[in-house]
Amino acid sequence: MSVEPTAIAPPEKGEEKLYLASQWRLMWWKFQDHKLAVFALYVVLALYLVAIFCEFLSPSDPNKRDAKHSFAKPQRVRVFHDGKPHRPFVYPLVQHIDEVTLARTYTEDKTEPQSIRLLPKGDPYRMWGFIPLERHAIGLGDGKRLYLMGADRLGRDLFSRILWGTRISLSIGLCGVTLSLILGVVIGGISGYYGGIIDTLIQRLIEILRSFPTIPLWMALSAAMPATWSQIRVYFCMTIILAGIGWVGLARVVRGKILALREEDYAMAARVAGVGEFSIIMRHLIPGFLSHLIVTVTLAIPGMILAETSLSFLRLGLRPPTISWGVLLQATMNFRAVNLYPWLLFPVLFVIVTVLMFNFLGDGLRDAADPYSH
Amino acid sequence: MTTYILRRILIMIPTLLVISIITFAVIQLPPGDYLTTYMANLAQTGEEADQAVIESLRAQYGLDKPLWYQYGKWIWGVLHGDFGQSFSMNKPVKELIWERLALTVLISLVTLVFTWIIAIPIGIYSATHQYTFFDYFFTFLGFIGMSIPGFLLALILMSLSYKYLNTTPGGLFSDAYLDAPWSMAKVVDLLKHLWIPVVILSVAGTAGLIRQVRANLLDQLEMPYVVTARAKGLGELRLLLKYPVRVAINPIVSTLGWMLPMLFSGSVIVAMVLSLPTTGPLLLSGLLEQDMYLAGSFIMILSTLTVIGTLISDILLAWVDPRIRFERQQT
Repeated sequence: MSVEPTAIAPPEKGEEKLYLASQWRLMWWKFQDHKLAVFALYVVLALYLVAIFCEFLSPSDPNKRDAKHSFAKPQRVRVFHDGKPHRPFVYPLVQHIDEVTLARTYTEDKTEPQSIRLLPKGDPYRMWGFIPLERHAIGLGDGKRLYLMGADRLGRDLFSRILWGTRISLSIGLCGVTLSLILGVVIGGISGYYGGIIDTLIQRLIEILRSFPTIPLWMALSAAMPATWSQIRVYFCMTIILAGIGWVGLARVVRGKILALREEDYAMAARVAGVGEFSIIMRHLIPGFLSHLIVTVTLAIPGMILAETSLSFLRLGLRPPTISWGVLLQATMNFRAVNLYPWLLFPVLFVIVTVLMFNFLGDGLRDAADPYSH
Repeated sequence: MTTYILRRILIMIPTLLVISIITFAVIQLPPGDYLTTYMANLAQTGEEADQAVIESLRAQYGLDKPLWYQYGKWIWGVLHGDFGQSFSMNKPVKELIWERLALTVLISLVTLVFTWIIAIPIGIYSATHQYTFFDYFFTFLGFIGMSIPGFLLALILMSLSYKYLNTTPGGLFSDAYLDAPWSMAKVVDLLKHLWIPVVILSVAGTAGLIRQVRANLLDQLEMPYVVTARAKGLGELRLLLKYPVRVAINPIVSTLGWMLPMLFSGSVIVAMVLSLPTTGPLLLSGLLEQDMYLAGSFIMILSTLTVIGTLISDILLAWVDPRIRFERQQT
């Protein structure tokens, strides 16, 4: 590929290093120039770390109810107590119930600061479902509860619930994209490599699937899931439904690229050398546009996350007690509640930041993967 | 041109056939058939289902016949404007859907026009002023716009307006006109309410379109013909609008094809949040109550409209872009 190396790489790397660098290394150098994309990469990695370690990172058990803290407001973290510096702490919340409207209000009890501690003992949990632990990353310890983002109707800590929701919401995006990647590569590969009548048929199918408005179709398919299904089953079915429509975009990319690459000399050489067709596609053609594929996949993930969020929000997707961002947003359907307890909108912030970061990341990757862009 | 249009219309027929089969599959997906749901519904209200009624319904929908027969029966009805019976409303589906569909299409089309009016000038500005403050500003705004799904925007807007104005901007009509027959005053009232869903729905599309116009135009601005035109002394604005913009617009016409499904999709959820009397809320309640003839009809019609939209965008594209027209003629 004719690349002008000085145009892409940082100048201090040295001429010789540049010419010897692999395609991936060139991409990485170019990607690093895109500061926003690098930042987005770190945020996305951090979010996935949260998803992996959500049991440990959340201050309390996301399902533990507490009637004394129903709709408790977010506690403010302070560093000054009585005008003197203090290690980070919160004031405990005292509940007042209005006798007429029954609305709950909370005031801070300013006499006794509760220090935020690192690694306190809290609600016992099982890390990844099997390691019994009871230390959390942060918390108040001594059975006291920390509400960094307030509480929901049942007094469950919203911050912990959002962290747990990260696991489901981010993993469903990843699983859905993986599945659509497999479908897209196989179907697009067949379509591009064999061409002819198979190609025509597959292309028509893709065109038809693309002409469906996705959300009504997703809605119809998820609504067909019986209410009696277990959480795991609903989760997997959702993944399949999302991927079942999501693969068409990937298949188009794969087909277009394979159509162009299969006529290359090296593909012919492999064919002459007696390499199997499947192997030619997988080992010789796909690496040729892997970078494009990564970009397409990165840009497809936010769509999947939003689809899950929308469907769960409409009560068609995941259902409580599963915790996902969409499930958490179900509480915001009620405007009166949102007006009184605006912190119920915190999950919105997480959804938007996640999608924004994936878009920045994908954009940076696209610029880096394109050898002709400046 | 005529043969091209005719061929595109012919290609539509198998597409619509497959769409109808998928829709029928969706209707059949929930466990049980129309009749069992109907009887369960009657049982809930404590009524006894009349055996004769059941038998006649069974015959009417061909429920004792094989699946292909039921499909044929259903599609025959659809072709004649009979979409089956909505048991949750106890009315024929066709009485329920048309006004809602018309409003959905209206919102989508107004949004589309609005998107173009906003996005094309901004895109042109961004491309001609590349790497200036406003270019970065619009790019950043575009990224944010693409990342906020419409229903979240609607949620935020609704709660803000509830908080500060003490009303929710929901619905498409004021209370006075809710059940009133159509009149001039009702249309004016509709227009007053229309802008909120239109603005919300157009955010994502506008953001995407700005980026596309900008990218297309940047490609064109580097072309030698622009330099030539400038060298012969053509005024900058006229040059811009007459040549590069003209070429850069062509791909935008083809975006109609994907913008329509996106708008129909987006409007479904936004309509839920804003409680608009469009397809969204009825589709959702139809799905939740397994009123499948109702839900299926919406999916069928929305998909058909999308296919027609794509057809129109293809014809428009062939009309504005002679390169495509001539290429088709040669093949």
